[in-house]
Amino acid sequence: MTGKLLTVAGLRAGYGSVAVLQGVSLDVAAGQIVAIVGPNGAGKTTLMSAIMGLLPRQGEVRLDAAAAGSTAAMVAAGVVLVPETRALFADMSVADNLLLGAYPRRRAARTDRDAARADVFALFPRLAERRHQHAATLSGGERQMLALGRALMARPRLLLLDEPSLGLAPRIVRDIFRVLADLRTRGLSILLVEQNARAALDIADYGYVLELGEIVLEGPSAELAHDARVIATYLGTGRQT
Amino acid sequence: MTLLPAYDITLAGYAGLAAIVAIGLTLLTGVSGQTSFGQASFVGIAAYAAALLPDGPSGLLAGLALTGAAAWLLGLITARLSGHFLALCSVAWGISFYALFGTLPLLHGFNGIGGIPPLRLGPLSLAAPAANVALIWLVVGLALLASRNLLTSRTGRAMRTLAGARAMAESMGIDTVRLARAVFVLAALLAAVSGFLFAHFQRFISPTPFSLTASIEYLFMVILGGAAHLGGAVLGAVLVTVLREELTDWVPRLTGATGNYEAMAFSLAVILFLQRAPRGLWPRLARRAARPKPRRAAPAQPARECPIADGVALEIEGLRKHFGGLAANQDVSFSIRTGEIVALIGPNGAGKSTLFDIVSGQLAPTAGTVRLFGRAVVRLPARRIAALGLARTFQHVKLLADESVRDNIALGAHLAGRAGMLRALLRLDRAEEARLLAAAEAAAARVGLDDMLDMKAGALPLGRQRIVEIARALCLAPRLLLLDEPAAGLRLQEKQQLAALLRQLRGEGMAVLLVEHDMGFVMDLADRVVVMDFGQKIAEGAPAVVQADPAVLEAYLGGVA
Amino acid sequence: MTPFVFLALLQDGLTSGAIYLLLAMGLLIVFSVTRVIFVPQGDLLALATLTVAQLQAGGVPGTLWLLDALALAALLGEIAGGRTTRRTLAAWLIYPAALTAACWFGPRTDPWFAMLLGIAIVTPFGPLAWRFVFRPAADASLLALLILAMALHFVLAGVGMVLFGPDGASVAPLTSATLMAGPLAISGQSLAVVAICAALVGGLRWFFGATLTGKALRATASDRLGARLVGIDAAESGARAFALAAFVAALSGVLIGAVTPIAYDTGFEIGLKGFVAAIIGGLASYPAAAAGAVLVGVLESLGSFWASAWRDVIVFALLIPVLAWLSLRQRAAGEP
Repeated sequence: MTGKLLTVAGLRAGYGSVAVLQGVSLDVAAGQIVAIVGPNGAGKTTLMSAIMGLLPRQGEVRLDAAAAGSTAAMVAAGVVLVPETRALFADMSVADNLLLGAYPRRRAARTDRDAARADVFALFPRLAERRHQHAATLSGGERQMLALGRALMARPRLLLLDEPSLGLAPRIVRDIFRVLADLRTRGLSILLVEQNARAALDIADYGYVLELGEIVLEGPSAELAHDARVIATYLGTGRQT
Repeated sequence: MTLLPAYDITLAGYAGLAAIVAIGLTLLTGVSGQTSFGQASFVGIAAYAAALLPDGPSGLLAGLALTGAAAWLLGLITARLSGHFLALCSVAWGISFYALFGTLPLLHGFNGIGGIPPLRLGPLSLAAPAANVALIWLVVGLALLASRNLLTSRTGRAMRTLAGARAMAESMGIDTVRLARAVFVLAALLAAVSGFLFAHFQRFISPTPFSLTASIEYLFMVILGGAAHLGGAVLGAVLVTVLREELTDWVPRLTGATGNYEAMAFSLAVILFLQRAPRGLWPRLARRAARPKPRRAAPAQPARECPIADGVALEIEGLRKHFGGLAANQDVSFSIRTGEIVALIGPNGAGKSTLFDIVSGQLAPTAGTVRLFGRAVVRLPARRIAALGLARTFQHVKLLADESVRDNIALGAHLAGRAGMLRALLRLDRAEEARLLAAAEAAAARVGLDDMLDMKAGALPLGRQRIVEIARALCLAPRLLLLDEPAAGLRLQEKQQLAALLRQLRGEGMAVLLVEHDMGFVMDLADRVVVMDFGQKIAEGAPAVVQADPAVLEAYLGGVA
Repeated sequence: MTPFVFLALLQDGLTSGAIYLLLAMGLLIVFSVTRVIFVPQGDLLALATLTVAQLQAGGVPGTLWLLDALALAALLGEIAGGRTTRRTLAAWLIYPAALTAACWFGPRTDPWFAMLLGIAIVTPFGPLAWRFVFRPAADASLLALLILAMALHFVLAGVGMVLFGPDGASVAPLTSATLMAGPLAISGQSLAVVAICAALVGGLRWFFGATLTGKALRATASDRLGARLVGIDAAESGARAFALAAFVAALSGVLIGAVTPIAYDTGFEIGLKGFVAAIIGGLASYPAAAAGAVLVGVLESLGSFWASAWRDVIVFALLIPVLAWLSLRQRAAGEP
């Protein structure tokens, strides 16, 4: 196995007095896609926010073996989150959203930014067509493309994706996941949380099952996808098969 | 009685007068979330009424009537406003009334009106400052007592929803606009009482004490004291009054100059304090002052005595909802019979919550009809639908995090009570209140929360909070129950308990519509399953049938093909 | 009222409307980026007029020393927090030192020099207000932020009183030329005010539409989480928004100070009228705020002709039905 890019150990986090994560541990190796699956309310979004430093965290989050810092420090170190809400700049154009995605690299040469944008447009030609439209006018699939594109503009090393399939048609989910697999071949590491367990485990190298703020199961994703408990709980078809 | 120097007695009088206004403002701003920069205007209206009708009672009555009328009229607008709109609106009337006090010839402009006689209580003259101050503090005590009664009542519970949980409150049957207006008028009337006493205490009035600055000072008192606490209002009033006097006294001595130093020093103190304790002083002092234990009342009756008549509970036909270009619901039709559990499933974003919001009256559909027990309910406000027998929970839990589990559940019993603000103030609502709390406790017992009644709702784990919402919904004694992801965040055993409860309710004839992602839970429990995807119904039928439907597998289970 | 008088009043109204528009824009920028209703903006306006008036009279304004002291405190705070960067050094050491030197050695009685210097002195009070008052409470409730703003208003009004005394002061007009259009005398100052406001509005449009810094500010206003996730520093955005608002206030102070005398306590009311204009714009839309500002200015001007004692009542009472209408419209738009 290659070196660990992200190490999470005994992570606890929550909102106010409510503890959501009860000591979560996981790793993301460089160049891997790691999936975290689990039902609504399991703490998936909290986990992403805590890793990113959006929530106060107890326990260990390490990036390249160095303790992870604030959100700004994470972004500067090449960790970019695409949140469940997408958090697009709705009243700004697609082009401006992408431009702001490159904000962490604003001191880099202009050609560098143009190259990143060319890459994004090559991945998502639709964004090139709509570059002058406001983000608010995009369809659900296009919004997710823009959210991914904005994240890629920062040329990240580790991409955190919170429910990338949320509200998308199966065809578009397949397209998006194909892009993710493609990104991995270019050396990008991805940590994604998904409710759509099957789609997520299909492209992932390794998977974790999160339930009530705890990791209850982990393993290579091909094994997890066929684990009877996962099928029963998350795919709902256990009783028939 | 005259142990205190006259100066201190006067100061105590002003502090008391301010406390009366601050108590009203605590109800309005702290509890109900309506920011007012205009309370001094109401003080002023009543003070001028007292000055023009100096005999006492008629001045008081005129002051209360005028203030009440002004507040009622302003309340027509303010009760619908929120946040900054309301704050600015209050600045607007604060400035307008102040200008009015300064310009109306009747009120003698900035020369003011003097020679107002001291108050008389029967044969007793209150000319002596000490007696007057005693009366003022007696009124403070009465206002505190009545306000405390109000806050521990059905109306008080409903008031706490006004600050940020109005949609939830409406679905519990609470008329939030009317309530907001009532609180607004009450706060104005308290200010009016203070104004009346002020005129007879100071015996001379001019526009200055009724300026915008004075209104802001009242707000300082409330915020410094601790916005949502009655004790904080009194504390803040005393603190601000004394601090200002002391600063006026000391700052010039220290700096050797007169000027605006004291206002500056005071405001600086406000800033430094708020940065350190944005929730005010009172919560820091009153370390969980023991709450009065509600009395145990007669054992609660079962939620519903008469069995529900057989029939169709809910009929949805051709329901359509568009948000801009996005179709959240497209021609959805299905129905639920009484004594039936129907599960609505589909991927996140399929339009299930939108459908819930339309059925419960939070949203108006673009087209289509919804019939609840045979009555068309589209465009009926949520509180009217609740009164027809529909109760719901929310996907994003909507509880009052700082209130107890008991009070949260009792919100659901709002429609079972009648007592209004007046009865609550006078504590004439106790029998009914005990009945409502008993109903809340019974609902809590049904869902297994009886040992957590006194905990703050916000301190429970998310899964338990969902159960609190279910108990609150049960308190409405509904005939149709809408549950949005009730099992999310529950442990296996808790899910089994929930399923058992829902089966029991079904046995009593209740209709249940639930959105849920936990397939094991849904398939075991539901009589019928409706599957949605992209706003459309793509399948409907018994669980086993739906599970084998290829379209469902494709859409919901994430592309098996 | 003759058409002639009406046109003269209209001219006054448009002039003050232009000022209210500037203030409204400052408020909108600060509010959308930081959630703070920057009530004390009007006090900064007054401080700017008083500072420039004192400079033009040959004095050294107390605001300069106050700036030096606060900048030093900010600098020490940054050093203590281990956050010293080249930028903080430039902002809190070099800039105030340069201003002090300019004031000491420069031709401060020159009207133009004094105006520029005065604006340069007052503008940093915006970021300083953010640094010392609002940033430490950035996560507080809207109400707490509003109370902080109100308290800061009293502090700044007090500063104005202490540093400059209770009397009003005027600054030299940009031009004393008068343009005759038939029987109507159009004052050059009015034209200059409207022209500068138009230029500034254009400049702000360019800043927000074409520069990365401006877009980053818009991004913060548009989606706070999104802005954090692309690495935009919220504290820095806040400082920039406050700097813009303070600059706009200072410029307004110089413009309006030539038309009416300004005392330490006049600014607040002017600021409130900018607030009215901003609210009419719904705290969100710039063109609507522009219409609101002109409306407030014209109404006030006409009101002062008919019933001068009722001038402010007219302006603020106008707000109540506007708010009612706004809230009804908001409801109709499908508020949950």
